Amino acid sequence: MSVLNDTVDWLSDSANWSGDDGIPHRLTQHLEYTALTVAIAAAIAIPIGLWVGHTGRLRGLAVVSTGALRALPTLGVLTYASLFSGIGIKPAIFTLVLLAIPPLLAGAYAGLESVNRQTIDAARAIGMTEWQVLRKVEVPLALPLIIGGFRSATLQVVATATVAAYIPGPGGLGRYLIDGLAVSDYARIVGGSVVVIALALVLDGLFVILQRVALGSRPSRTPTAA
Amino acid sequence: MIEYRSIGKTFADGTEAVGDFSLQLPSRTTTVFVGSSGCGKTTLLRMVNRMVDPSHGQVLIDDVDIATRNKVELRRSIGYVMQEAGLLPHRRVIDNVALMMRLKGASKKEARDRAHEVLETVGLDSSLANRYPAQLSGGQQQRVGVARGLVTDPNILLMDEPFGAVDPIVRDELQQELLRLQRELDKTIVFVTHDIDEAFLLGDQVVILKKGGEIAQVGSPADILAEPAGDFVRSFIGLDKGHRKLHVEERNGSRIVVDETGKATGVLSE
Repeated sequence: MSVLNDTVDWLSDSANWSGDDGIPHRLTQHLEYTALTVAIAAAIAIPIGLWVGHTGRLRGLAVVSTGALRALPTLGVLTYASLFSGIGIKPAIFTLVLLAIPPLLAGAYAGLESVNRQTIDAARAIGMTEWQVLRKVEVPLALPLIIGGFRSATLQVVATATVAAYIPGPGGLGRYLIDGLAVSDYARIVGGSVVVIALALVLDGLFVILQRVALGSRPSRTPTAA
Repeated sequence: MIEYRSIGKTFADGTEAVGDFSLQLPSRTTTVFVGSSGCGKTTLLRMVNRMVDPSHGQVLIDDVDIATRNKVELRRSIGYVMQEAGLLPHRRVIDNVALMMRLKGASKKEARDRAHEVLETVGLDSSLANRYPAQLSGGQQQRVGVARGLVTDPNILLMDEPFGAVDPIVRDELQQELLRLQRELDKTIVFVTHDIDEAFLLGDQVVILKKGGEIAQVGSPADILAEPAGDFVRSFIGLDKGHRKLHVEERNGSRIVVDETGKATGVLSE
């Protein structure tokens, strides 16, 4: 029970809520890393995913590489990357981007694949250009799944961004875990974890709302027959 | 006028949908392609708006080879109605219809006004305009599909088994509606169906197809009934089953029309 009490003490200690090692600052850093990572990963994965989903080409390759990327051991990649780019935030972001690509890519191509073929055929037949088919039909209809990709990518990055602190330099909430571990300060470790969990839950909730909004007022089922 | 000049289509997987097909479709009439599945009727229809490009031969609209025309522009100039309506599920009825106008560059208001007008033309209550397609019945969706096909007032209307997925009563209603519309609008309609009764009802020119787009017979419904070209046609139009061979019998003073199987099908008007 003492760890629990210590954790509550740690979380309620005002000293931990200010300064460079304070929770607000670490939380902001953590969010910055997450946002940067997801933005970079999306800039890579979304165009590729949309292209694969729209054309149906290289689908096999997308599936295989998605699986392969998912199987990469995060800490190993991080260590390896820091050998090349040196200590700092860069190898951490690089590693996290690799982690965020698979769910984003899968969300994009699976989302487009989920759109009824006949709807797409109809859109083309009435004279939409390929670009209009993508922008006005495929993407809007695939949006819930595309956002789903962002959701799992963001959650994975939030959870895994803690390992960024494994190498000296980067901050983020991982600092509490790694630094706490180094001096066996369990209150700090658990306290830091609690903040990460809370952040993940809040973000997940936001994405649930976003997915609802993406569906709009459009009914998902057929309520009438006359 | 639409003209097929010795066209054929072999798909990438090697299936030959159409072998060698030539035909003229006169303007302001309805031509119906009818045949069983695999006869290439949909392929022929989709060649008119370049959803399918022929492997050889040409399709001409008013003497212009459509292969020389931009696909997207061509499609925007032709109305297209398909089975299950093919409406965009994330757009309201009114926006589905107005979309064609928007694609052609009309302003939002102009597009909506025209869409309301044409929804009325196809007999849809304006209260349905703000619904989503999934909130309509199959018959209503199909009417929206027809409205979308007509909204830009195209000369040509392509209809790919448009009434295939609705129940017989609604289908009957939609067929009558189409006949009424055609009397008013005078379009060049290309209609695809596997239902010979529908073909005879709607077609000025009926094209009965065998496998691979081979023409079994072309003609008006009356011509085909009067002189069926061979056993395939005879059987396809149901002459051999007896329900098209009618004779008159006297019953209680009225003259009843009876088919070969003895089933009464109607009364002869005096």
